[in-house]
Amino acid sequence: MSIRALIVDDSSVMRKIVERSLRQAGLDLAEVLEASNGAEALGLLQNKTVDLVLSDINMPVMDGLEFVKQWHAIDPSHKIPIVMITTEGSESHVVQALQCGAKGYIRKPFTPDQVKEHVIPVLKG
Amino acid sequence: MSTSSSAQTSVSVIRENWQALLELATCEVFEMMVGSQLKRAPNAEDIVVSEFTAMVGLAGSLCGVLSLRCSAESAGLIASKMLGIDSSDAQQESWDAIGEVCNMIAGNFKAKLSGTGDRCMLSVPTIITGGDYHLHSLADAGTVEVALEFEESVLWITLELHT
Repeated sequence: MSIRALIVDDSSVMRKIVERSLRQAGLDLAEVLEASNGAEALGLLQNKTVDLVLSDINMPVMDGLEFVKQWHAIDPSHKIPIVMITTEGSESHVVQALQCGAKGYIRKPFTPDQVKEHVIPVLKG
Repeated sequence: MSTSSSAQTSVSVIRENWQALLELATCEVFEMMVGSQLKRAPNAEDIVVSEFTAMVGLAGSLCGVLSLRCSAESAGLIASKMLGIDSSDAQQESWDAIGEVCNMIAGNFKAKLSGTGDRCMLSVPTIITGGDYHLHSLADAGTVEVALEFEESVLWITLELHT
């Protein structure tokens, strides 16, 4: 199955690494959209359809947790799975992200195997 | 680059194993994200190259600045290895790459300190290019520093702590 993914990170290097990790995880990516903060991501999601979102937390303009909250206020169905990828790996951040509606959580640094382990189950629902 | 501290260092604030944890946190980031094994740099005191400096602030229960200093060549090589592209194509990504590496080292280090993760926030990274500057640190709770060898050059990772 080929999917469309949105990668949200203020680092262009990290966006490329996440994309490469998704491909290494065996995902067939039909399209990869990129946003450098939560506000840009919200704008993209209102005009484009995606199957998966991977988002950093610490970003300027709008952080990842605020992005997830605002997106779920716009689309309460939670039909697009959002996985957080971040250096903020503490228990409280994980709980906060899941409470906001994120479906998964990957801590940086990560390996492609860890991306696969967290993303595939989320895509299967 | 040179540094000066405005207050007397209080070494007692720094736990004995923090240098080892900082080294481990750095080595893990390089192994997983750069694909490189680091080792302690011998005689690193003589080699001070800081053409690229990445800094991440820590605030909360752990307060201070974590910095990564390296040569422009090393920064380019880090970007090249992270992205799997030729180093000549990676030069424009160097500052972004070392900022992210510094950010991950800070996050990985605080995750290794029991009970710190929840009560310490990280800033987004700041990167200085060029070596002709003087850093006036307000660190008053000591400094933890490691020098590690990366592809035959030296990386300096420094944590300056505030009370």
